[in-house]
Amino acid sequence: MTAQLTLDQVKEGQALPELAIDVDVTTVVLGALASRDWRPMHHDKDFAQERNGTRHIFVNTPHNAAYFERYITDWTGPTGRLGHIKFRMKDSVFPGDRMVFRGQVDKVETDAAGCGWVGLTIRLAVGDKTTTECTARVALPSTEGDNPWKRKGEQWRP
Amino acid sequence: MSELPEEVKAWIGQEKYREEGEFDVERGYIFTSCSSVENGNPIFWDEKVADEITGGCIAPPTMISVWFRPHQWSPGRSEPAVPLQTHFDLKKALDLPEAVMTDNTIVFYEPVRVGDRLHTYQVIRSISAPKTTKLGTGRFWELDVEYENQNGEKVATESYTGFGYKREKK
Repeated sequence: MTAQLTLDQVKEGQALPELAIDVDVTTVVLGALASRDWRPMHHDKDFAQERNGTRHIFVNTPHNAAYFERYITDWTGPTGRLGHIKFRMKDSVFPGDRMVFRGQVDKVETDAAGCGWVGLTIRLAVGDKTTTECTARVALPSTEGDNPWKRKGEQWRP
Repeated sequence: MSELPEEVKAWIGQEKYREEGEFDVERGYIFTSCSSVENGNPIFWDEKVADEITGGCIAPPTMISVWFRPHQWSPGRSEPAVPLQTHFDLKKALDLPEAVMTDNTIVFYEPVRVGDRLHTYQVIRSISAPKTTKLGTGRFWELDVEYENQNGEKVATESYTGFGYKREKK
């Protein structure tokens, strides 16, 4: 079994480790292709500038989501199971930007089905500007032998 | 622009575009997605770990929309297909040539497993009155996309907020 985070190791107010990623054109295009998004504002700079009025091509929505998932499960380990994720893109991320993810634990709870949950707030920033705000609810094992991935139906309340 | 066309009003709350994915959930795309964000979670890369933790290979939950994004070209198609067709229907019907997505919420239920053939449909939840932002003047809309597996089990609900707009003339 790979290392895992359990609910008793988490406290409200706790900070998640910071993650920084330098974005270039390949980063944006790779994310667009990986998410099967062929729209030109994610690979064609002229189109992005002329049609969208942005300064360059930009990271697309599912690529944003994939980064948030990676950030969360880098911290939880493989037994962390996402219940839901919500994010608001206030500004775009462009080639040349350095994305920095910072997160903190807002809530630690156990639901009526006995599933342990952590509520997170995560901010994606470029320089001083927050480009995307995210909240997420992720299930963690309550004890070392517990596994949220085995929950189904009424036992899983995301 | 202040009044919504009757045709568009009637779309709100209707189930639209029920469809089956064009292909089964497969590991090649899972690896490509994980690689694109350097996600080393072993449940996606190591079958032994996947068997132990998730009862077999699964897809990253946030990949859900990927399984319904159409090929840019396929036989018999003369126009490129677009994902999230209701979003494009609204752009066209409301004469708003540009659009961006602002909010995205995804709720995850049953894991999506390698070999699954997923089904989906879309629902327009709301359309705002005209608004002006730094991008231009247009309307916000909220769309839900529901996803199920081949057994009829819900795997995810995705909600988007989009903003369709016309750029201000300079």
